[in-house]
Amino acid sequence: MAKKVAFLQGNEAGAQGALYAGCKFFAGYPITPSTEVAEVMSAELPKVGGKFIQMEDEIGAMAAVIGGSLAGSKSLTATSGPGLSLKQELIGYACIAEAPVVIFNVMRGGPSTGMPTGPSQSDVMSAKWGTHGDHPAICLVPASVQEIFEETVRAFNLAEKYRTPVMIMPDEIVAHMRERIVFPEPGELEVINRTAPSVPADQYKPYDTKFGDVPPLAAFGSGYRFHVTGLNKAEDGFPTTKAALVQAEEERQVRKVDANIDDIVTFEEYMLDDAEVAIVAFGSTSRSARYAVNEARKAGIKAGLFRIRTFWPFPDKQIKALASKVKAIITPEMNLGMCTIEVRRCAEGKAPVHGIFRVDGEPINPGQILDKIKEVK
Amino acid sequence: MDKKLPTIEIIEKYCKGCHICVEFCPTKVLEMQGFVASVKNLEACIKCMQCELRCPDFAIKVTA
Amino acid sequence: MAFDYEKYIRPGKLPHIWCPGCGHGIIMKGLIRAIDSLGLEKNNTAIVSGIGCASRLPGYLDFCTLHTAHGRAAAFATGVKMAKPEMNVIVVGGDGDGTAIGGNHFIHACRRNIDMTYIIMNNNIYGMTGGQFSPCTPTGAKASTTPYGNPDPAFDVAKLAIGAGATFVARGTAYHATQIDKLIAEAVQHKGFSVVEILDDCPTTYGRRNKFKSVIEMMNRLKDIAVPVKAAEKMTPEQLQGKILTGVLYKEEKPEYTTEYAKVIERAKGGK
Repeated sequence: MAKKVAFLQGNEAGAQGALYAGCKFFAGYPITPSTEVAEVMSAELPKVGGKFIQMEDEIGAMAAVIGGSLAGSKSLTATSGPGLSLKQELIGYACIAEAPVVIFNVMRGGPSTGMPTGPSQSDVMSAKWGTHGDHPAICLVPASVQEIFEETVRAFNLAEKYRTPVMIMPDEIVAHMRERIVFPEPGELEVINRTAPSVPADQYKPYDTKFGDVPPLAAFGSGYRFHVTGLNKAEDGFPTTKAALVQAEEERQVRKVDANIDDIVTFEEYMLDDAEVAIVAFGSTSRSARYAVNEARKAGIKAGLFRIRTFWPFPDKQIKALASKVKAIITPEMNLGMCTIEVRRCAEGKAPVHGIFRVDGEPINPGQILDKIKEVK
Repeated sequence: MDKKLPTIEIIEKYCKGCHICVEFCPTKVLEMQGFVASVKNLEACIKCMQCELRCPDFAIKVTA
Repeated sequence: MAFDYEKYIRPGKLPHIWCPGCGHGIIMKGLIRAIDSLGLEKNNTAIVSGIGCASRLPGYLDFCTLHTAHGRAAAFATGVKMAKPEMNVIVVGGDGDGTAIGGNHFIHACRRNIDMTYIIMNNNIYGMTGGQFSPCTPTGAKASTTPYGNPDPAFDVAKLAIGAGATFVARGTAYHATQIDKLIAEAVQHKGFSVVEILDDCPTTYGRRNKFKSVIEMMNRLKDIAVPVKAAEKMTPEQLQGKILTGVLYKEEKPEYTTEYAKVIERAKGGK
């Protein structure tokens, strides 16, 4: 049987990906340019017995999805920059409570209201540093409509597997472009569900490290009674200020991601084998970069592309290796150098890193990147 | 009228000494002994249970 | 037999953190008796709170308990209820948590008429942070941030809830302990969003700044200002000056949110 093919917008593909992953609850608040996610979910979720709610504000939406997740439903919210800022309080809550949720954040200009309809890639630092305190961060940055679908499924998988909030952050261009998408068949993509407890209810502890760094998570209403708090907590879920316990719990939460970087980090290498100039790019900018690499090759310049697909955790190891084999790195991005900071950190001075930054609401075009390749080759 | 006396148990480790039970007992059954409540006059108890109901600290149990 | 509170309290959690004479413990006992009288199943009951002294309550109780972030309890609870409408959901919290930072979530939960009970333990102050004035601090009262007297007018929580669309609103006091469980039980039984405001005392941060010499004076104030709604009907406006009505203040039957959403699912599945 032929696979189902559609001509979809990125946001619509994100909603479809969430449904494929088994999302059963969406809470959101209207915000450009992510609203189509909510619109599709409002139409599609009830068809599969799921629930949609439009909350009173962004914080309320984040709260509701954490509540829904703890009650056993895979939960999604969608937003954009200003909404992400508001949600940060409870993204931290989801981190410490270890509640799996997915935040679909479409990147538009900022700070503040910025350019609501303009594209941007300036929320990537917010994804890691937006909420206070030490915490794990996973952030995926898809570059096509097909990839938004697939990465939304993966975002749910990572959230469920590691009991942590996961952000998927298409920029506005990718979120609003329309492309051909081939729907994976049911079962074709892996769908991961959180591990339920195997112990009797009276022995259940929501953060029991006997089961490793990612303890099983029971759902409210499933016969397990437990306590969840935003305070530093012990294995039994109750608040503690005991120094050793707090230290161990904080370290474990961060370790869930840090010790599994190879499982989480994904990237694409294009024409890098013999490359002398490497472009490191993500999202829609990587599409311009690929075009520029092709043009450079035609002109006899050995250029290649390292496309970041997982922004957090950052592909430190790969960028470090890349820096030691190329003469120069170019980092085009729709912000004033957020990815560039990370690439420079990883490059450790082994290759110069040249940024191309745009925050004027216009995409970075291939010509700009090609000019830079010619300049630094 | 039931002549059998109730038992009033004061759980001293829970009592925070707020005086509520002593002050609002309609028949003055209770008193403060240092920082905790104690039973002074059990015979006067009318088993109204107000001391138990109003104790914020789960420190009083009246068994009628 | 004495009432067996231990049946509902997690082992080893007492004594609680509340100060001597704080009414929160009296209200927690009322909540336990209400739950007991209704026979709510522990596994099927979620108790959700925000941040503050009152919001520490769920940690003591042996249910599915969710101690959330400041002001957000009603929104978290909405998520729980949407995901599992068959669960009993009870929200507890203080006046600052519920009506200031959580005011938006509170009024919209009222508006939706989603089936849960919100117990506001109103002690007129932010206790945990040391006694700053809240939206429920009376005008003129002293707080750590109103050293010259509070210039702000106060919310009437019950009126706020009624105005926002709550379909059951009741008020009691920490002094009137026997009434607390009855009000809460009736609220929980009500299908829709129910609010129970319990006027409470904070001797540590409110009383000592506002010329209450003792816990007893604060309790006596609650006793003196409370007028049952029935009794109030026979009183003149002059007699009601400075009084606060207690009992069931408002009740109406209206479509409940999760029931209405179940109809949305039916329509979506039926393609209508």
